[in-house]
Amino acid sequence: MKTLTKINRRGFLKSSAAVGGGLVLGFHLPEKGQAQTAGPLKLNAFVKVGTDDTVTLEIHKSEMGQGTVTSLSQLLAEELECDWKKIRTEFPGVEPVYGTPMMGTYGSLSIRTSYNQLRQAGAAAREMLVQAAAQQWRVDKSQCRAENNSVVNTATNARLSYGSLAAAAAKLPAPTNVPLKPAAQFKLIGTSPKRLDTPLKVNGSAGFGLDVRRPGMLYASLERCPVFGGKVASFDGSKAMAVPGVKKVVQISNGVAVIADNTWSAMEGRKALTVKWDEGKWANVSTPGLRQEWAALAAKPGMSMRKAGDAAAAFAGAAKKVEAVYEAPYLSHAPMEPLNATVEVRADGCDIWVSSQIQTVAQQTAAMITGLPAEKCQIHTQYLGGGFGRRGGADYVGEAVEIAKAMSPTPVKLTWTREDDLQHDTYRPASYVKFSGGLDAQGNPVSFSARIVCPPFGGNGTAVEGIQDMKYAIPNVQVEFTAPDTGTPVSYWRSVGYSQNCYFMEAFIDEMAAAAGADPVEFRRKLLAGTPRLLNVLNLAAEKGDWGKPLPAGRFRGVAVVNNIGSFNAQVAEVSVSQGKVKVHRVVCAVDCGQVVNPAIVEQQIQSGIVYGLGTVTKLGITLDKGRVVQKNFNNYDPIRIDEMPVVEVHIVQSRENPGGIGEASTPTIVPAVVNAVYAATKKRVRMLPIRPADLV
Amino acid sequence: MAAVKFTLNGKSQTVDVVPQMPLLWVLRDHLGMTGTKFGCGMALCGACTVHINGQPTRSCVTQVSTVAGKSVTTIEGLSADNSHPVQKAWIEADVPQCGYCQSGQIMTAAALVAKTTNPSDNDIDEAMRGNLCRCGTYQSIRQAVHLAARYQAQSGGAQAKGGAR
Repeated sequence: MKTLTKINRRGFLKSSAAVGGGLVLGFHLPEKGQAQTAGPLKLNAFVKVGTDDTVTLEIHKSEMGQGTVTSLSQLLAEELECDWKKIRTEFPGVEPVYGTPMMGTYGSLSIRTSYNQLRQAGAAAREMLVQAAAQQWRVDKSQCRAENNSVVNTATNARLSYGSLAAAAAKLPAPTNVPLKPAAQFKLIGTSPKRLDTPLKVNGSAGFGLDVRRPGMLYASLERCPVFGGKVASFDGSKAMAVPGVKKVVQISNGVAVIADNTWSAMEGRKALTVKWDEGKWANVSTPGLRQEWAALAAKPGMSMRKAGDAAAAFAGAAKKVEAVYEAPYLSHAPMEPLNATVEVRADGCDIWVSSQIQTVAQQTAAMITGLPAEKCQIHTQYLGGGFGRRGGADYVGEAVEIAKAMSPTPVKLTWTREDDLQHDTYRPASYVKFSGGLDAQGNPVSFSARIVCPPFGGNGTAVEGIQDMKYAIPNVQVEFTAPDTGTPVSYWRSVGYSQNCYFMEAFIDEMAAAAGADPVEFRRKLLAGTPRLLNVLNLAAEKGDWGKPLPAGRFRGVAVVNNIGSFNAQVAEVSVSQGKVKVHRVVCAVDCGQVVNPAIVEQQIQSGIVYGLGTVTKLGITLDKGRVVQKNFNNYDPIRIDEMPVVEVHIVQSRENPGGIGEASTPTIVPAVVNAVYAATKKRVRMLPIRPADLV
Repeated sequence: MAAVKFTLNGKSQTVDVVPQMPLLWVLRDHLGMTGTKFGCGMALCGACTVHINGQPTRSCVTQVSTVAGKSVTTIEGLSADNSHPVQKAWIEADVPQCGYCQSGQIMTAAALVAKTTNPSDNDIDEAMRGNLCRCGTYQSIRQAVHLAARYQAQSGGAQAKGGAR
């Protein structure tokens, strides 16, 4: 095995030197001490082939349910011509090839950014295997064809398995710019093989972050200030230390951690802490107060985000005028797996086992806290028990690193409780929007204005997307924006700004349609001629959703369209309302996300996004009182349950356009589709979420 | 600390822990059986569901001392090879997305099909509404429970296998 290792290392050197596009396929020397021995042989950063004929694919996009393990494997295997049954997958460490400047999984980008890269990686690895076979047979490469984990000699029908070729292939220089199959020849892309992660997820063996166990590991629970930005003034840990199993109490920058030999003892010890807090300047923030402040801000002009024509003048001269104020609350992500990280800090390095959406940020956070170089901080990505944007942050990683640093070299797992999760989230921001729209005497819109008050993050776009980029052809448009400061941490939440702004936009367009005396679908059709893919999904959803056809007594329909993440979707929702209680019976979604890799996963994601959004219509909202989040657990932040699940029908537009995103497509659309149906049922506009039954009776 | 003796996945098990410790943490931290999940700690989400004498039970609020002498089945004990009717159905319908809640979903479903031969959608909603899924796999769960009930019937019917040990 020693000899093999040496040869392989030379092989890597040769490959590295030969490859101009090294970053694209990621050839690099294995790190010292990590040279390959008997394991599978690395053909490039995404493909390893074992002498036992297994094919190991590196899945560089976190699996949080959206199907990356399967869909990225399809992209690689399409060109690699490997046997689907021989695929193994693993999550690699942080490397530039896996994402520059950040390795991470966000923005519904996994397929979009991997579509060419992984097919290239699969094709390059295949060519190396073919070349190795050609050399062994002493024939020209053109006489060899790869199929089903083997290379076939087309003249003799002789076959060599990938496993038998792996060692020789790994020594070859990697080809670049290998021609890719035309779409018409796809065998895997566009099909729905069973998810590769399902067998692990029906017997408890899939390894989530919370399932990590290290020898000698201890368990931590962290008491944080109930007010955002507050600090520890003083604490007494003596009663905590008396709880059986508790080993230590340590203060970190964000609070007081109790460390024990099991999770429950750490949580019990934490309950026994006495902490005095310096609550800081946000201790008087409350939701009613914020609403008043934001209403006052919306009364004044904001920063101009989009301007066409003269919306104010057109509105002044309009035959019919529509004005409305819409509000949406803060929202928590509440992934099923509570946040956690397991960290071991040593003098020479640091290991972090974590379910993370952005590994690079987790790594940099660990480097900053430990003082170690980033490359000494190894991120071991686990399966994610839901992400939805929450695991893009590294706040929970930083806490765990601080605790583990204090306990070094003992590994420590920090586990958040559900209460921690709901009360210390980085929330979907609340938002307040003042709309006005003008129509001419024929009911054609002549003006549209929106003044948005919303705390932004990562640029102002996150506060205004969904309104600023609305696609309706209206001649005079003005979108303004004001950023309030609330001290409440906000961040990416599935579909980001679209999650609230498409609700506002699509509900207000419905108000304009009603003012025009027009059918909601017909009204939108006229205004979307310039966006044919959006118009197409609107028409498809209307057709499949039986728009305009009779309904059972007591049922009503609403419609909405959304263009986000490079995709287009329209939904028709069927609801009934009884004593103010809304029931959603059926949702028909038409989606155009360009070239589809796995239609079954697309359908899953549409269903998933609808359930995620639907909860915000009828049930979910985060409110603040005296600087504290009121909601504590699933009793008062109660997501959609199975008995509230509507029948969801998904219709996918066949397309050869470049792939669009899918994970965040359907979340924004369901909200206005339902509230517009509620209007059809009750003639009441839902201008604030979540719907309170009292508003509808 | 006190020794608590019970049957775990068909084998005798003795643990020496604080008697108030919830079964969930005994399974996960003490015994290293991490298939059973922590989700809320208040019996609100169902991620921690195990069977105690065949009854689906929230292990996060079940003190370990209360299972003394009883039979506990976890997701790891449902089958050795994904062959339980509910596991087969879950695979056939490709139910899991993130998968974190699915141990609990499967344990609840296993108890349902063990006692109900041909569950209706209403039966399924009633039995399963205590199990949250943030990925929204509910439509697939309904489909898979129907399928599991058929597999269960083929393998000898309700009460024949799993769940009711």
